[in-house]
Amino acid sequence: MPFPRNQWYVAAYGEEVGDGLLARTICGEPILFYRTAAGRVAALSDRCVHRRYPLSEGSRDGDTVVCGYHGFTYAPDGRCVAVPGQARIPRTARIPVYPVVEQDTLVWVWIGDANAADPAAVPRAPWLASPDWTTVRGMEPLAARYELLVDNLMDLSHETYLHGGYIGTPEVAQTPITTEVDEKAGVVYVSRRMTDAECPPFYARSTGIEGRIDRWQDIEYHPPCLYLLHSRIAPTGVAPGPDGDDSRACHAEIVYAITPETETSTHDFWMVSRDFARDDEEVSAFLAESNRTVVLQDVRALDLLERVIATEPEGYQELSINIDTGGLAARRLLKRMIETP
Amino acid sequence: MTATRLRVEWTPGSDVLTGVCHCGAVRHAEDPVEIWALLLDHPEHAKDSP
Repeated sequence: MPFPRNQWYVAAYGEEVGDGLLARTICGEPILFYRTAAGRVAALSDRCVHRRYPLSEGSRDGDTVVCGYHGFTYAPDGRCVAVPGQARIPRTARIPVYPVVEQDTLVWVWIGDANAADPAAVPRAPWLASPDWTTVRGMEPLAARYELLVDNLMDLSHETYLHGGYIGTPEVAQTPITTEVDEKAGVVYVSRRMTDAECPPFYARSTGIEGRIDRWQDIEYHPPCLYLLHSRIAPTGVAPGPDGDDSRACHAEIVYAITPETETSTHDFWMVSRDFARDDEEVSAFLAESNRTVVLQDVRALDLLERVIATEPEGYQELSINIDTGGLAARRLLKRMIETP
Repeated sequence: MTATRLRVEWTPGSDVLTGVCHCGAVRHAEDPVEIWALLLDHPEHAKDSP
């Protein structure tokens, strides 16, 4: 299955895009990112119109980019403004530009028909930019198709097996699960609320909560790119108040941006935001290291799976069981997006 | 549940998935492919609702 076009994808963290030239391939399209003097993110095709040399190998001249091969020079809107050795600029000397939205510290790029890009359709993760939350994050290259990461994240029962000792506990695989699909909004929700559960090391060390916990995992997947896991951890029996006050609980927002690089590779952006121990640098370092370890456990498994898929004959018939209810819902919405872009 | 939501409930350990359509129809199946197919059969499935 290829990737949905006419969609927004996370291309980078805001801090990755600056004065330098950032090259990143999104959905098979090589794109050059940089920040103009006015602070806006420019996203241009990373290929010079002349001989296709990657512009990211060139240099900046103010807000323009100079090709490192022959000096073709481009403005942020894709227009060629100078060619070497002649005054006339060919009429076709223009490279594609991509609509960009920078929101919630993420740089989103639109892949598809630029006229169809609606900035209001970019899904939100406001805590990433909120002073009331502390975030650690990273990005790991995945040598596997994005669908495998979607499958992985939609079924958290794999935590018990692939991530035992980090985020998995026996209750994860034993708690009722509700899966909902909002057909109109195109969002999948998977909810699992554990009571009187063992506290996994990931949260025991970071929250300081001792003993058994109530642990909520509420997934919200906005296909194709944004995956949110709203996580609530509280001493067992501590519920939100009737007025909605939930200040006795700890909250973590686990975000993944699942951005296809090619048909068989993916940018695996991961973020962990928390509303507890916000200024504790040890907790930040611990959560960053732990989550990266968990992500790398997934990366290793999914890279292996991609190699298996690459060598198998066409038409392999997978088996889906009850734990795959959410993953199948996500697949269906992705398929719908591909068929009706 | 809003008008466009489909819901499937499952308790690990049980073989049965319970699907609830936005129209209120409730269906059961032992296979996730089957339960989604039953829910997506709206409005046809409403005709034989209990």
